[in-house]
Amino acid sequence: MTALARTASGMPAITYNFAYLDEQTKRMIRRAILKAIAIPGYQVPFASREMPMPYGWGTGGVQVTAAILGANDVLKVIDQGSDDTTNAVAIRSFFETTAGVATTTRTQDATIIQTRHRIPEAPLREGQVIVYQVPIPEPLRYLEPRETETRRLHALADYGLMQVKLYEDIARHGHIATTYAYPVKVAGRYVMDPSPIPKFDNPKMDDSPALQLFGAGREKRIYAIPPYTRVVSLDFEDHPFAVQAFAEPCALCGAKGVYLDEVILDDRGSRMFVCSDTDHCATRQDEGHTGSMSAPYGEGRP
Amino acid sequence: MSPQMTSHPDAPLLVAEGLAKYYGSRLGCRDVDLSLHAGEVLAIVGESGSGKSTLLGLLSTEMAPSAGRVSYRMRDGEMRDLAALSEAERRLLLRTDWGFVRQHAEQGLRMAVSAGGNVGERLMAVGWRHYGNIRDEAADWLARVEIATERMDDDPRTFSGGMRQRLQIARNLVTRPRLVFMDEPTSGLDVSVQARLLDLIRQLVEEFGLAVVIVTHDLAVARLLSHRIMVMKSGRVIEQGLTDQVLDDPREPYTQLLVSSVLAA
Amino acid sequence: MMTDPTATVSRPSGAPQARNASRDPAQDAAAGASIQKRAALSPAAQEPDAGSRLGAPAAPSLGRETNHADAGGQRAGHGDGAPLLLVENLGKSFTLHLQGGLSLPVVSAVSLAVHAGECVALGGPSGAGKSSILKMVFGNYRVDKGSVLVADHDAMVEVAGAAPRLMLRLRRERIGYVSQFLRVIPRVSALDVVAAPLRAEGVDAETAKARAGALLTRLNLPERLWGLPPATFSGGEQQRVNVARGFISTQPLLLLDEPTASLDAANRAVVIDLICEKKAQGCGLLGIFHDAETRDAVADRVVDVTRFSA
Repeated sequence: MTALARTASGMPAITYNFAYLDEQTKRMIRRAILKAIAIPGYQVPFASREMPMPYGWGTGGVQVTAAILGANDVLKVIDQGSDDTTNAVAIRSFFETTAGVATTTRTQDATIIQTRHRIPEAPLREGQVIVYQVPIPEPLRYLEPRETETRRLHALADYGLMQVKLYEDIARHGHIATTYAYPVKVAGRYVMDPSPIPKFDNPKMDDSPALQLFGAGREKRIYAIPPYTRVVSLDFEDHPFAVQAFAEPCALCGAKGVYLDEVILDDRGSRMFVCSDTDHCATRQDEGHTGSMSAPYGEGRP
Repeated sequence: MSPQMTSHPDAPLLVAEGLAKYYGSRLGCRDVDLSLHAGEVLAIVGESGSGKSTLLGLLSTEMAPSAGRVSYRMRDGEMRDLAALSEAERRLLLRTDWGFVRQHAEQGLRMAVSAGGNVGERLMAVGWRHYGNIRDEAADWLARVEIATERMDDDPRTFSGGMRQRLQIARNLVTRPRLVFMDEPTSGLDVSVQARLLDLIRQLVEEFGLAVVIVTHDLAVARLLSHRIMVMKSGRVIEQGLTDQVLDDPREPYTQLLVSSVLAA
Repeated sequence: MMTDPTATVSRPSGAPQARNASRDPAQDAAAGASIQKRAALSPAAQEPDAGSRLGAPAAPSLGRETNHADAGGQRAGHGDGAPLLLVENLGKSFTLHLQGGLSLPVVSAVSLAVHAGECVALGGPSGAGKSSILKMVFGNYRVDKGSVLVADHDAMVEVAGAAPRLMLRLRRERIGYVSQFLRVIPRVSALDVVAAPLRAEGVDAETAKARAGALLTRLNLPERLWGLPPATFSGGEQQRVNVARGFISTQPLLLLDEPTASLDAANRAVVIDLICEKKAQGCGLLGIFHDAETRDAVADRVVDVTRFSA
């Protein structure tokens, strides 16, 4: 199960273990993952390895993916919903090189989806695993910098502080201004940072048929939401949790009720809103859906 | 605890028996016994290093004693050994039935959180989830401690020393505790600011019938606020009794020295 | 509770005592005779009339003398039941550790009784220990020897060595005290200062303030001052606030330490009336009156404290 790499100049071949990490490391990570699944929302420490990419580029997610990847898996990698941004392309090619696995951009076809900052629009199904890249796993860090104390707060399910953060939002902005990394309570027990996904995606985590894994490489933490687990976004009775609503549909595929990105078109303030999930948008366009700024027939899609 | 301790309506709120604390071989305090009833204000006086802050730490469970124990009559009337409380019970006690006003406001407040959030924190910690209600209660308490409502959304970094201390008091009293620990709450403040704060504390103590253990090196503060006084020296309680009795008729050489060192104003 | 007599009484005695206890050793060395020491060291030395300071203890300068060596002995015809206050064989001395353990006897073998409806005056020159006796009865000074029994409903309760909680309750319910000086509490209005003892007894704020106002009116304190903290008042105004505060509450035993010291004739007359009313209500009073006119007007008997000089 090794992938070979041969240099063009005929230098000695560099041999990587399957999916880059050695088997003992993968076992260690799998043990952490199993524990994380057993205790939904609980941050399990793990011996994060140095990866051939800088922190902040998804080292945690990559290690989780490497640990669960099998030869028959089909991998999809997205960054902010897009399959073709630098980070997504780099990680996808990393696993193509080191594991030789099949990759896809189609949400439905993937068995493992590694993501940064989004959950795909297409509903996930049983058997799929979504791996989130997490920069800061500790939701309480904003108000309590001491790790010893935050761990104790988790142990005691002492989450008043989290509410203080939301209170501050309303006091300063008139509404809960947290729009991403919006804290959730998992299985009625642990409060968890869902990684910087937009709060628009929070409801997708609730009762999802897919397994959700979270990896934070720099912070050396892994946590998980098993399939069909209750995930509730924190709020106040008189300021209930609500997702963002968009005034207009996607300018390219006309989709409503999806998360849109703003695209600046020129320096005179022209802009368009398009699906953040490129696969979802492309699929809809293939199916013949059009938006207000769709290219004329025959010129292809962006 | 004996049964009558748990059921008697006049039972003490806080009882310490044979408390001692050693830092390695160095003595923090030893042989301290005390009982405090509801509504009673006890001042612990002595100079720096006398063990008064150590004693406050032991009573408030911030430190574990080397010997002895501290018991507290919970709201259900049961007398509990504080060392036997679970961490969750202890924290609940600390944020509901107890308060702690610290000398340095930065240690008692969340400096990056608004005044309203500071007051509301305890409410949210005990399960309040209605923003409007939390805010109303916080506003009410800020008014009680004479902080203008329009400062409610400012964070305490923008507050003066006196305001910070008053905010600490509001933050602590919002859950209507029965026992409040105070560690030099007025030191480092201007005299006029100090007088206002002392008066506020005096009023609130009276209004809510608070039991207070206040550590101070300022005998005037002890005289104004406390019913009883304990004089500490070298880790031991050397003299105690009615505040005015101890201050007007001090027996121990050290107490006489302490009393005589005060400038009469 | 916080503004109880505890606070009111302590300052005038406290400050001088503090100074006494720490008196400059040089000053101490200069003080030769023990009589001088006693006069200088007792808080009573702060009394305004120093005329009799060095008066020979053996020469009673008081008009009426009706001493009762036997505290339980005959009285001036007031009341029949048990006394409100029974002092027996009371002794007190100060040990000044800062003066090398110098012991200063104050009084010894004090025995007296106060019954319902009578006013007993403590007589004797300054420094004889009159104030100290009052302070021991009030629990402000500790008792070295003997006993101080105070009527507590049907029982007599020992004040000497009483636990703080008991003493505080006795002060709240049984023993009132009017000192010479008002202990000013920052930011509390004169009316609230006066009403505080009633509030502590559980009287509602309206009633308490109404009664406080009535008393201040009788004592001729202008109404415009009622809402102000007494810190800036004149000595006489403060004294009237203090008298009102002392007389408003309903404790059966009232201790008076020069209640008319800085009052003019008109207000002195009001205080005399107040004392007579208390007597008529069945209170027992034990007082120090430096002013013979007041003493003659209110006291049923005078106990010469020089008898108890230690």
